[in-house]
Amino acid sequence: MYAQMVKTDADKVRDISEMSPEERAFQERIDRGEKIEPTDWMPDGYRKTLIRQIGQHAHSEIVGQLPEGNWITRAPTLERKAILLAKVQDEAGHGLYLYCAAETLGVSRDELIELLHAGKMKYSSIFNYPTLNWADIGAVGWLVDGAAIMNQVPLQRTSFGPYSRAMIRICKEESFHQRQGFDIMMKMAKGTEAQRRMAQDALNRFWYPSLMMFGPSDKDSVHSAQSMAWKIKINTNDELRQKFVDQTVPQAEYLGLSIPDEHLTWNEDKGGFDFSEPDWSEFFEVLKGNGPCNRERMDARVKAWEDGAWVRDGLMAHADKRAAARQAAE
Amino acid sequence: MKKEWPLWEVFIRGQHGLNHRHVGSLHAPDAEMAIKNARDVYTRRKEGVSIWVVPSAQISASDPGAKDSLFEPSMDKIYRHPSFYDIPEDVGKM
Ligand SMILES: [Fe+2]
Ligand SMILES: [Fe+2]
Repeated sequence: MYAQMVKTDADKVRDISEMSPEERAFQERIDRGEKIEPTDWMPDGYRKTLIRQIGQHAHSEIVGQLPEGNWITRAPTLERKAILLAKVQDEAGHGLYLYCAAETLGVSRDELIELLHAGKMKYSSIFNYPTLNWADIGAVGWLVDGAAIMNQVPLQRTSFGPYSRAMIRICKEESFHQRQGFDIMMKMAKGTEAQRRMAQDALNRFWYPSLMMFGPSDKDSVHSAQSMAWKIKINTNDELRQKFVDQTVPQAEYLGLSIPDEHLTWNEDKGGFDFSEPDWSEFFEVLKGNGPCNRERMDARVKAWEDGAWVRDGLMAHADKRAAARQAAE
Repeated sequence: MKKEWPLWEVFIRGQHGLNHRHVGSLHAPDAEMAIKNARDVYTRRKEGVSIWVVPSAQISASDPGAKDSLFEPSMDKIYRHPSFYDIPEDVGKM
């Protein structure tokens, strides 16, 4: 997902009887559906895992602006350009809401950004794939934002108050993202033969990377079980992936496009589709930094951060100087 | 030189005359920039007509450990609610 394979430091999920009184009270609050707020007592692992997860989520929103930003100046019409600009601006906002949520846990935004740039934090694997043509912008909105929504909607109920509130804000804005993507796909799929081929090609390239967004199966993962006990993860990766496939297949049918999976079949018994797994070795390569655009994405982020340093420092120095002058005048 | 921009808490008042409501926080070098940034970050969809920003460091908060002593006393004062009183129907709407 936007946060993939987040580790918890847990080697097993402990039973309530093995917990310290503080921890037990904490777990009981979560079980009752209470929100945990930043100043409340929380186990160290909960805090650390959340910093990793929210930080990774924030980084994904920010890095995720790059593949789409690539097409702002090349959008086919002024209207599409305005829409894409608004969409990418929303993603910047999402990154900021999430950094703020992470900061309530005692880490600073600059620290998180520096950890990302040092390769010590991750962002979603999906943003390491290139956007080669305009149809890709349609596919990204439809599939990538679609997959993100699948994960973010349940996270509105997460146990950590600031994270939950950020998710509620984000979810309100996401639906526009997916719809504008589908709208592009509709135009292209019902356009000229060349446009239809571009739409099919975009779907072919983004299908499996979108399925990878949910991460490998975690039904036996301790980290996943711990995160679910803490309600910072609500569904397993497989559950969300299944939901995404079941939702997306009829939409592709509507577009007259075919999902690039010859094993895709409706399974009456489970009431969902059977489908092929993505190539997980490719996923792990991308995570290691060897995807098609990893280097380009990180270079762009680091360059923006370094080139902006004099502006950040200058504005801070100016603010400090004015504050000092105001104080002297008092 | 390296100094992180301070954190500000953002409060927005919507169009319908409700109170300013806390919506989140952001980093900015000073109040003026904080308001400009708040406009971009928190009001992209007509969420408000007025913005307040307060340095986060200036917020004083109640102690979460004192939750019981602070808020418990209001729990048993049900006579503070109108539904505590039975007014006969004959009296009419009150
Ligand atoms: Fe987003
Ligand atoms: Fe989005």
